[in-house]
Amino acid sequence: MYVAVKGGEAAISNAHRLLADRRRGDRSLPAIGIEQIVAQLGLAVDRVMAEASLYDRALAALAVRQARGDMIEAIFILRAYRTTLPRFGYSKPVETGDMIVERRVSATYKDLPGGQLLGPTFDYTHRLLDPSLLTDEAVEAPLEREEAGEPVMRVSDILAGEGLVEDDGSLPNGHIAGDLTREPLEFPMARDLRLQALARGDEGFLLALGYSTQRGYARTHPFVGEVRIGAVEVELDMPELGFAVSLGRIQVTECQMIAQFKGSAKNPPQFTRGYGLVFGQSERKAMAMSLVDRALRAEEFGEDIVAPAQDEEFVISHSDNVQATGFVEHLKLPHYVDFQAELDLVRRMRREYEAAQNTDLPEAAE
Amino acid sequence: MSTADLATYNFAYLDEQTKRMIRRAILKAIAIPGYQVPFASREMPMPYGWGTGGVQVTAAILGPKDVLKVIDQGADDTTNAVSIRAFFQKVANVAVTTKTREATIIQTRHRIPEERLTAGQTLVYQVPIPEPLRFLEPRETETRKMHALEEYGLMHVKLYEDIARNGHIATTYAYPVKVEGRYVMDPSPTPKFDNPKMHMSEALQLFGAGREKRIYAVPPHTEVVSLDFEDHPFEIQTFDKPCALCGAENVYLDEVVLDDRGGRMFVCSDTDHCEERCSAGHRGHLAYDKEAAE
Amino acid sequence: MTLDTLAFAGGFKEPVFEAQAAFRTLMDCMARPGTIGRIDATVVPPAPLNATAGAIALTLCDHDTAVWLTPTLSRSALPGWLAFNAGAPVTEERQNARFAFVEKDAMLPNPSLFAQGTQEYPDRSTTLVVEIASFEGGRPLVLKGPGIRTEMEIAPVGLPDMFPHFWSENRQNFPRGVDLILVAGGELLCLPRTTALGVKEA
Repeated sequence: MYVAVKGGEAAISNAHRLLADRRRGDRSLPAIGIEQIVAQLGLAVDRVMAEASLYDRALAALAVRQARGDMIEAIFILRAYRTTLPRFGYSKPVETGDMIVERRVSATYKDLPGGQLLGPTFDYTHRLLDPSLLTDEAVEAPLEREEAGEPVMRVSDILAGEGLVEDDGSLPNGHIAGDLTREPLEFPMARDLRLQALARGDEGFLLALGYSTQRGYARTHPFVGEVRIGAVEVELDMPELGFAVSLGRIQVTECQMIAQFKGSAKNPPQFTRGYGLVFGQSERKAMAMSLVDRALRAEEFGEDIVAPAQDEEFVISHSDNVQATGFVEHLKLPHYVDFQAELDLVRRMRREYEAAQNTDLPEAAE
Repeated sequence: MSTADLATYNFAYLDEQTKRMIRRAILKAIAIPGYQVPFASREMPMPYGWGTGGVQVTAAILGPKDVLKVIDQGADDTTNAVSIRAFFQKVANVAVTTKTREATIIQTRHRIPEERLTAGQTLVYQVPIPEPLRFLEPRETETRKMHALEEYGLMHVKLYEDIARNGHIATTYAYPVKVEGRYVMDPSPTPKFDNPKMHMSEALQLFGAGREKRIYAVPPHTEVVSLDFEDHPFEIQTFDKPCALCGAENVYLDEVVLDDRGGRMFVCSDTDHCEERCSAGHRGHLAYDKEAAE
Repeated sequence: MTLDTLAFAGGFKEPVFEAQAAFRTLMDCMARPGTIGRIDATVVPPAPLNATAGAIALTLCDHDTAVWLTPTLSRSALPGWLAFNAGAPVTEERQNARFAFVEKDAMLPNPSLFAQGTQEYPDRSTTLVVEIASFEGGRPLVLKGPGIRTEMEIAPVGLPDMFPHFWSENRQNFPRGVDLILVAGGELLCLPRTTALGVKEA
């Protein structure tokens, strides 16, 4: 049984056709390829992977193209795909200490084992539009140096050697890391789930919240212990084999924010930390995430909760841009049934108001 | 990357593990009428706020023998209703209908059909904000406690403040109800006109809120009472005129603006109900009369 | 067949559609307590679990649902069958069980020993799946509550004499409490925690 419905179907199909046309744009220009997007718009691809929580550059690039460059739309498309993928298992925690580092900077030490590596950064570029990019001018190959062979020690490990910074943090014995995408949210959250939510949270939202902590809304006196970008190995424990096998390498950005020290009668003073870890190269996101992570640990450190960035329910409930965009944009769906109900009430109240005014008038005249 | 590398989707889109999770939530929701069961809502291929909760509930219950009707604002031909219906035709190849009577599952946004639902039918509501106390208390941790303690004073205070300020309860849609004397429940943003239809309905009523990750239910033959006060009893909207097309009275009407000189007509919001009546020969004062035209 | 081979056979032949049909029966019966539904399943669980209870297990249980089994069922091939066909872990703790299965003629433990849910999360309670001999011929019980227009009568054979007492205790905890799915042969009926149960006066 099939019942054709008037109006809507044709309108939708025509809209999709027009959308496809606008997406392709001027047919006299070559279509942009997925490989080109991966290679030349890499940071857009990275953001889509990070906030969609799916590490696949080609699919992320496809989503960027399909979304006409609308990042949140691309994230949404990739998420909706991710959700249909079967779960084979949970990887072991990645070991960022063993990262093949492409960039690593620390603001807390002038020099440190492994050195300061600027890597492919916008920092210190002068933000002048570059006319050479209007054409496809040849680009020099990068300079590479021999690997020093020196381990790139994590700043947190350096400080931990002196006991001056808190540990990596531990979860209760037998705690199995939660999965935000498989369990309903419940507050208060354990830090593992909170970090998951932040890792897929909207970059702009976290940036604004992180910024707010710097401006006095829950100040934490942060220093970038280090930011590092590079490749880490992902390993999966295989119960059948009895050991972990490598699934390959992924690029991640990690930020260790060293923050306000704490001490008490029982514990000697030591620095606290905020943590950020994001797929791909996304320094701004990792730094903002670490600031917000630290702010959200207020209760753990007995700090007063006075600012939005410290409010777990507020931050986590509103950090997801796919949820946010859906609900904000749903306001354009028809609401005329409810509006009719409001209209009816306001008209009735207006009549009552006018009736009251009219009965008041003669009295006022007396 | 070829299209073959991309996903092929399961019947009704959701994978079986997700369906089981939703099905378990539905059974608990039925067992605790009006209580919001948390569920691990999935990302759907349509935006949050556009019916992802309703779509997940429908996808979890839908089978090959079902006949599906989808309405938005009471109408089968609103774009989002068309889009959701097309989704289920595509992913489940399900039979669809616009006739309330023929449907086994009716997914709705903002209305309950005018025609009385029958045993064996399931009404699936799309819910944006499932928590009736949310606008009084934004924190989930707090509202959960209030439900646990059956602490609904705040809601009564709010409604009473309305009366004090406006002389009326100023809530016209999403009007809170109490289910089986226990849980205060959001009926989804249906106009309060529809609230009485929820009471002792023959049909099973399921509510899905995707973004907020909640499922709740009202079983058939269950008490659903709109909150009110002795001196301000609950009352539904009334309309001065019948439907301009089919002449129906005691139905919910949409206001259609006809011109820029204040011309208005009022027509049934439930398009199926209106068409049924028209084809049965009922005529409103603005009905297009085919015979007369000829 | 050995215990091991029993564990791998007997799942749904058409998992998607059989699970859907079984669920719809369960949903309808949970929504209309006392109404007898039927699952025509191809499921063959290890004895002594009956096929209908087996179909319910495959419809609702998976990795996320710990299952409690009676001692007899624990000793059967059922734990392996559940692990292979549903991925469901077996727990000895009644309080951790999302589902509990009781075969025919086994002792029905007091429902209050199972997870009751909390006042905040009353859904986090055990659903009991209990096989009995028959839905006809026993002591008549009168059901009232949500899902029932006026009242329903059932006459199950195989529930303990204490059952009406257990059930009224269960109901007093509302919204906390267990929900019950009774199975007899290919048929089932549901008693959600809202259903009030009275012994019919002769």
